[in-house]
Amino acid sequence: MDFESKSMRRNRATRSATNYFVSGLCILATILVILPLLAILFYLIYKGASSLNLAFFTHVPAPVGETGGGMANSIVGSGIILFLASLMGIPIGIAAGVYLAEFGRGKTLANAVRFTADVLNGVPSIVMGISIYSLIVVQQKHFSALAGGVALAVMMVPTITRTTEEMLATVPHAIREAALGLGVPKWRTAISVSLRTASPGIITGCMLAFARVAGETAPLLFTAFGNQFWSFNLSQPIAALPLQIYVYAISPYDEWHRLAWAGSLVLIVLIMVSVTLVRIFANRGALKGGS
Amino acid sequence: MSSTRMTPERETSSPLPVPTPVSPPAAFADMAPAVASTTLSPIRDYLSKRGSGRLADDSFAAVMLICACSIFAIVLFIFGILIMHSRLSLAQFGWKFFTTQAWDPVSGDFGALPFIYGTLATSLLALCMAVPLALGVAIFLTELCPRPLRAPISFLTELLAAIPSVVYGLWAVFVLVPLMRDVIGPFLSKTLGWTGFFDGPNFGVGLLTASMILAIMILPIISSLTRDIMTAVPNSQREAVLALGATRWEMIRVGVLRNSRIGIVGAVMLGLGRALGETMAVTMVIGNHPDISKSLFAPGYTLASVIANEFSEATGDLYLSALIEIGLALFLVTIVVNAIARLMVWAVTRNAPARVI
Repeated sequence: MDFESKSMRRNRATRSATNYFVSGLCILATILVILPLLAILFYLIYKGASSLNLAFFTHVPAPVGETGGGMANSIVGSGIILFLASLMGIPIGIAAGVYLAEFGRGKTLANAVRFTADVLNGVPSIVMGISIYSLIVVQQKHFSALAGGVALAVMMVPTITRTTEEMLATVPHAIREAALGLGVPKWRTAISVSLRTASPGIITGCMLAFARVAGETAPLLFTAFGNQFWSFNLSQPIAALPLQIYVYAISPYDEWHRLAWAGSLVLIVLIMVSVTLVRIFANRGALKGGS
Repeated sequence: MSSTRMTPERETSSPLPVPTPVSPPAAFADMAPAVASTTLSPIRDYLSKRGSGRLADDSFAAVMLICACSIFAIVLFIFGILIMHSRLSLAQFGWKFFTTQAWDPVSGDFGALPFIYGTLATSLLALCMAVPLALGVAIFLTELCPRPLRAPISFLTELLAAIPSVVYGLWAVFVLVPLMRDVIGPFLSKTLGWTGFFDGPNFGVGLLTASMILAIMILPIISSLTRDIMTAVPNSQREAVLALGATRWEMIRVGVLRNSRIGIVGAVMLGLGRALGETMAVTMVIGNHPDISKSLFAPGYTLASVIANEFSEATGDLYLSALIEIGLALFLVTIVVNAIARLMVWAVTRNAPARVI
């Protein structure tokens, strides 16, 4: 290489060294990020699985000082709150998404809704909690499962709206035009053509929103409040798994810490199983109806 | 079905200016341009009126519109109700609320400064830890990672985002806090003690521990957004820089990072928004003491964690309305941070032809 001077060669060496150095840093960063994740999963399985037993799923919490007890009421309570939240949040979220994708294309109002949904997505969950407290709990004069459901529903709406819109945007226009060309009214096109075609994606979006709120504790602190006993009354305080984990984690008792680990493991497994189940279910349904 | 649809078409074909009586196929041939050329074609007119379709369409659109507008309603409602319920404290303290340190429920004197300090300190520290790591992960995944490793590693980092906040808190209380107390803390005070940031007793709980758990929690958000933004940079940019003889890192720096910097700043701000409002995990490890101290080992308090801790035991209207005013402040700050961040991310990922440097 006679066209390369000495300084150029040295320059090239440092550039190459920088390249390797930075690449190494990136790999190190990735390892550093994955490490805590593995640590968390390891502790969850190690501590959680050793504390799990049948009583955990069948008993209500034992009083302080007694061993045993479980979180059966919290698991059922979480299920009730999440059912309420889905009942309110999913239809509104999907409808708003349909508006954005099918009716509001390019309109200023639609852009504003989209932007507001994104911003609402970032509002802290604790703020959601105190707002719903001020609206429902103060009026009713007591904590209730319903208030918890509303708080979680409000958190689900923006996520579902945005994913529904994105999924509807991937439906080719030709399909809509084909339906409209056959004389199908616009509302029918939106429901049986656009929504139907995009349904696997939309269901996945709903499940992501569900999974996100299923682990939320902060909005339930002042709405559902928690309960040490069985409760199926929607206008009464109700237990929830994340709340119970929080209470047990900050308690001074080893027995309760053990239960908190078990509860966390159950919470994560329940979230993942429900997400996977619905996804499999949705895919199968889509295959049947689609072709 | 098809026969009922055919009949009206034949009927409506009669008012059309057809010079000679024609056989049905020829009439169809005549229909096609009529449908295409004029919007007031009788067929379309018939179809849009049929079975009150117009009414159904309009009411469907209206219902969808109402649901979409409910998102505005939610934001306005939160804002309204927070102002309404914090008016006691707003009237009593005014702007002084955000500049005084007192937090004395007994004498009814409230100031939010320690919480603002705690929130800002933990969030910014968390950003300092998370941003370089998130950038590293994003660069690794978009530019360096061998293809078969890409999917599992990105799955693992996304998995971090799926873990509930309270589980992070639990892990932090039982794993991170002892680690901090026995290993990381002593090491930091030995090596960096002269800076004054690591003075005082180290209990394991405090600002630094809270920042660390926050950093772990906001990492996946920043890295996945940054990854999206970097993927949006067209390959021609990379190829152009490589063709000039750049090394891979120079290509990343000049071709990718410089093109996506606005989006990356947006992603970082979204992470900041999350960090500011994060409640449970922080509450569990920050120590919950309204102090402003330089030492990062000292216990602190954040806006979100004071609400979580004291709201349900707040006695007296003034105490409650002071806590709600803290919620109002948190709401407004996160709205502003998120709005700016979203605009920045949109500016890049939407219709961005990569800028020429």
